[in-house]
Amino acid sequence: MALTLNGEQQLLRDSARNFVSTHAPVSHLRSLRDRNDDRGYSPVLWEQMVELGWAGIAIPESYGGAGLGLLELGLVMEECGRTLAPTPLLSTVLLAGNAVLEAGSEAQKSALLPAVCEGNKVMALAFEERSRFAPYQVACKAEARGTGFRLSGRKTFVLDGHIADTLVVTARTQGEVGDRDGISLFLVDPKQAGVKIERTTTLDSRNAAQCSFEAVDVPGDALLGELHQGADVLDRVLDRATVCLSAEMLGLVSQTYDVTLDYLKTRVQFDARIGSFQALQHRAVDMFCELELCKSLVLEALTAADEGRDDATMLASAVKARLTDASRWITRQAVQLHGGIGMTDEHDIGLYLKRGAATEQTLGDSAYHLDRFASLRGF
Amino acid sequence: MGELESFRNEVRDWLKASVPESLYGRPLTMMAREEPEAADLQADRKRYLERMVERGYTAPTWPKQYGGGGLTPPQAKVLQEELGRLRVPPALMGMGLTMIGPTLLVHGNDEQKEKYLPKIVTGEHRWCQGFSEPNAGSDLASLRTSAKLDDSGERYVINGQKIWTSGAQYSNWIFMLVRTDETTKHQGITFILLPMDTPGIEVKPIRLISGNSPFCEVFFTDVVADVKDVVGGVNQGWTVAKTLLNFERSGMGGGGPQRRPGATTGGGLVALAKEAVGERDGRIADTRTRDRLASLQLDELAYSLTLKRSAQTRKAGGAPGPEISMFKLYQSELGQRRDELAMALRGTDGLAVDENEVGPARAWLSAKATTIYGGSSEIQRNIIAKRVLKLPIN
Repeated sequence: MALTLNGEQQLLRDSARNFVSTHAPVSHLRSLRDRNDDRGYSPVLWEQMVELGWAGIAIPESYGGAGLGLLELGLVMEECGRTLAPTPLLSTVLLAGNAVLEAGSEAQKSALLPAVCEGNKVMALAFEERSRFAPYQVACKAEARGTGFRLSGRKTFVLDGHIADTLVVTARTQGEVGDRDGISLFLVDPKQAGVKIERTTTLDSRNAAQCSFEAVDVPGDALLGELHQGADVLDRVLDRATVCLSAEMLGLVSQTYDVTLDYLKTRVQFDARIGSFQALQHRAVDMFCELELCKSLVLEALTAADEGRDDATMLASAVKARLTDASRWITRQAVQLHGGIGMTDEHDIGLYLKRGAATEQTLGDSAYHLDRFASLRGF
Repeated sequence: MGELESFRNEVRDWLKASVPESLYGRPLTMMAREEPEAADLQADRKRYLERMVERGYTAPTWPKQYGGGGLTPPQAKVLQEELGRLRVPPALMGMGLTMIGPTLLVHGNDEQKEKYLPKIVTGEHRWCQGFSEPNAGSDLASLRTSAKLDDSGERYVINGQKIWTSGAQYSNWIFMLVRTDETTKHQGITFILLPMDTPGIEVKPIRLISGNSPFCEVFFTDVVADVKDVVGGVNQGWTVAKTLLNFERSGMGGGGPQRRPGATTGGGLVALAKEAVGERDGRIADTRTRDRLASLQLDELAYSLTLKRSAQTRKAGGAPGPEISMFKLYQSELGQRRDELAMALRGTDGLAVDENEVGPARAWLSAKATTIYGGSSEIQRNIIAKRVLKLPIN
């Protein structure tokens, strides 16, 4: 398989880069933050992104998408990462949207996916219950009641949960907390009685909600996919989202590195540009090399997911482990190498540090993914 | 069927008909101890070489006029894959094919190409590299071995000493850097070729910490060389050397997983770890060991993908640029980490040394050279900083 982009993919990436640098530079995120925007992203901008086809890139044409692959979506995510552009792509398309696409009945898919492609619907996947990523640790219960189910429990870190029109919720229909079997997925209307959603603002100026469900009755057709078999769906969805989030991280880390390298070339101390000092040169070189390795892994993981290869899961963990460590190292180095100015709110590098830290924890950190990588490789 | 596939079939048939079966599955013995081989095996090797030479397959991508195969890089890759499938070692290896030959194709004049390339292809000339000196290691351009024109203006007289000359004791030609202008540094260096049997050359192997002697000291006392054997012009040697060093580094950073004698490869390390520290539910029982191995495997995966990506991106047939330093840097450091882990896992067993075998201990010791030769890791970082990142020079 190729680790290079074809002409159309390059064009898509260039146009995405051009769009975000013009319409969603870092100052855009800054202004959302400063006015404490109640959505956390700009609906006007999202509409323009939808017009460019971003929402439906990887959704089949039969549901109103472009029917392209995860690679194409990953390229867009990477460019959004470069300017820290906030979009509902992760919450709506990659997490909840993909769950519908993977597990939904024809009726569920037709009802939800075209609206996602048109940008008319924000969705969120409510699956985490602990502060450390553990998708099978589901205590939230769904009990059969008549033809439907009654949900009760709590979810945390539900990305874009406070503005979602539809929630996809994992709940236990069988077994014990921690079991892989016995998890089921449900579509829940957040306006329904018993659903409580509380926005939390995270350090990267995005948002993730705490959700609670108190005896929330949903009809039988709210079940998404097969009863008790939700983990199969969850695994596929999380793997794909993890790879695309890693692509966003690649954009973020690449930009952090570029800005830092530029600073080393311009900042003068001791009558010399500081980039002429060998200690700093070698650090910059090590960051450069690391980024080259990250690029290769991101491309390979996106391609493997698109091709449905057997090693796609192993690569999803490989790429998230790598990008998490790369982000942790390079964004921290960036602040250090900027010196005092890097500590100021005025300088953008701090925003990269914060988004980096948030993405490192999202969908599993490197400890989680390196452990999974080793297990999948048989040791 | 695509052109490349029909080429593959043709190569496959030809190899099957031409390579003696006794050579299937024979490992490389490049730096390993020289074991005398049975006479019939030696004869088979000779026959294999002759056939490969006839077809230009010892230097597959070189032009046919110089004895090469005239293959495109994708065709050469097919040939390599087919040889790999039979697990047959290359018919011929060495610095002629990987370093001086490619460099002559870039910087040599027609006369030099005609004179030298065909003899590299047949294996008649075995080359070594006279670059480093006792006081010119990382700071290679400070070299002092001098070459002075004699009165005729047709000959240089060379005096000085080279060191770390790999395989000098087995070579019959040397390409070397000499100082032709004392008043300047990089611009006073000339690249010249000469036979190793020229009077005044003395070779002394150096015994290393591994017990092997892959490197030599070479002494030059009033050694006479022909001005016609200057490559790339007088005082232009640094430019030629940079080209050659990139070819050298691409050889050190392009080989994928290392196949050094005695080194523990691939899944071998997992098995070794499970045996050494035990396993629980299929997992290596000791978390620290498991972590080290996972990090190493992740690095190796990322590195091999990057090699592949770079090969796909690089323009076919072009000489490698300074970015190749990254591969040299990374591959050598990865190899050392692998050896360190293998040694640690073997515990006290790893300390055993057998004079007649290249065991893990000697492999571990030998590998220490990889981050030093061909430009140390520190020098590779300097090169990347300057030429790839374009960081300022003080």
